[in-house]
Amino acid sequence: MLLLALDTATPAVTVALHDGTDVIASSSQVDARRHGELLLPAVDRVLAEAGLRLEAVTGIVVGVGPGPYTGLRVGLMTADTFGLALGVPVHGVCTLDGLAYAADIEKGPFVVATDARRKEVYWATYADSRTRLTAPAVDRPADIAGRVAGLPAVGAGALLYPDTFPSAHEPEHVSAAALAALAAEKLAAGEELPAPRPLYLRRPDAQVPKNYKVVTPK
Amino acid sequence: MADEPLVLGIETSCDETGVGVVRGTTLLADAVASSVDEHARFGGVVPEVASRAHLEAMVPTIDRALKEAGVTAGDLDGIAVTAGPGLAGALLVGVSAAKAYAYALGKPLYGVNHLASHICVDQLEHGPLPEPTMALLVSGGHSSLLLSEDITSDVRPMGATIDDAAGEAFDKIARVLNLGFPGGPVIDRYAREGDPGAIAFPRGLTGPRDPAYDFSFSGLKTAVARWIEARRAAGEEVPVRDVAASFQEAVVDVLTRKAVRACKDQGVDHLMIGGGVAANSRLRVLAQERCEAAGIRLRVPRPKLCTDNGAMVAALGAEMVSRNRAASDWDLSADSSLPVTDPHVPGQAHAHAHEAGTENLYS
Ligand SMILES: [Zn+2]
Repeated sequence: MLLLALDTATPAVTVALHDGTDVIASSSQVDARRHGELLLPAVDRVLAEAGLRLEAVTGIVVGVGPGPYTGLRVGLMTADTFGLALGVPVHGVCTLDGLAYAADIEKGPFVVATDARRKEVYWATYADSRTRLTAPAVDRPADIAGRVAGLPAVGAGALLYPDTFPSAHEPEHVSAAALAALAAEKLAAGEELPAPRPLYLRRPDAQVPKNYKVVTPK
Repeated sequence: MADEPLVLGIETSCDETGVGVVRGTTLLADAVASSVDEHARFGGVVPEVASRAHLEAMVPTIDRALKEAGVTAGDLDGIAVTAGPGLAGALLVGVSAAKAYAYALGKPLYGVNHLASHICVDQLEHGPLPEPTMALLVSGGHSSLLLSEDITSDVRPMGATIDDAAGEAFDKIARVLNLGFPGGPVIDRYAREGDPGAIAFPRGLTGPRDPAYDFSFSGLKTAVARWIEARRAAGEEVPVRDVAASFQEAVVDVLTRKAVRACKDQGVDHLMIGGGVAANSRLRVLAQERCEAAGIRLRVPRPKLCTDNGAMVAALGAEMVSRNRAASDWDLSADSSLPVTDPHVPGQAHAHAHEAGTENLYS
């Protein structure tokens, strides 16, 4: 097994190679505005570091979000196209699950929250690092304060809003290394991973134009 | 490099997911998935809706294009993609796909200019572009007059709209007339049964002191809307066919007049017209008449090649390959305002980057 994992659902552009047992190379850069530029060179670097060619990869793992859409699509489109060109399966993993796995918490419950911008967070609760309790959602921190009260929390979304998440801590961003390890574990256990479709969680912003503006002065 | 390079082109600058395959100047495939129906109820292209649709449509559209062309990905000599101008989020989907595809296949990548592609597509219809070529590009996103000496390296802006694109004016007038979106085809249809001389709508920027090659459609749009509102306010019926015909005549009169003038002034004896509005039947007829009268050869691709598509991107990519232009780097970005003077985005250290990439893939 050789998995190439990538995630662009958060400000991090993160890539890792996993041979089924260990992460053999990885790269993480935090730059929310340059996902498009950074991802391919990072893949190239990680492969070079491992002394492997892309052809050797047996599967692609990609974070499906939730995340801000423009960046999120960079990873998904790249993964989809790699899958097409290489003829290998592409597995989707919820980005919040990757963060939960990286948090390495054996006994929860705890919260994972990432920054959804517009003063909102993407979040879910977990029983432990491998077990999600609630579906990923997007909310204003104040609106979920009651539901997350007293729970430890990880992720940039938690660190950003200490009023709602007073005991927030690292990891801040998801790592493809964690995503790959989680996927490798699930695949080894015979679990099927979901298709790599984006978790947007919001409808597109689309203002229906009002009836055309009357231009004749009254 | 091959004389007749086999190139796959990807276009996602607006609402069409286009993937085309060409061999030199021969069209092999032109697969397009459009999200236009999803935008219709909004009366215009919604960027986020378009970007979401590109992501879903990309892989099936690439598959379809390769099947249609009867080639396999391994045979390709290069991958071309629209790097700009266009909607930033939409462009980024295509650029991400093209980079991943080129990298995985070990092929060079060419980020190319959307407007230069609109010109270059005519090679698939009428053979190699004459040099120089004057081009009138008109669509919902652009209205420009461009002079190209070499489509891979030298495209000069002669004029452009100072406000709305011609296609936008069609959309807006169609909305005022309650004819739906997009406005171009429906106005064209109604206009065929109307009198183009019924109402004298203004011709923007055609005064003696106005810039000779720039366009303005905002004043025309306002004048047409005002005229319609006056009829409605008076309780009279609006003669939709005559309004459509007279409005359309005002647009195509200015477009063709300025294009022919630019050809004459610059001593260029070829005019190509591209972009979605080039599908307009009256524009095609009037341009033909005026070019003939002026001794200019008119080249207009078939309507399907005038609207946004991947074949036009592949056509320009193939030209980049045959003229040995530098490939783009793996950090190629989508540039929503890529200047028309940049027909493509060459890499900084392209030879090295690609050798390294290929080595890494196949060593
Ligand atoms: Zn266009």
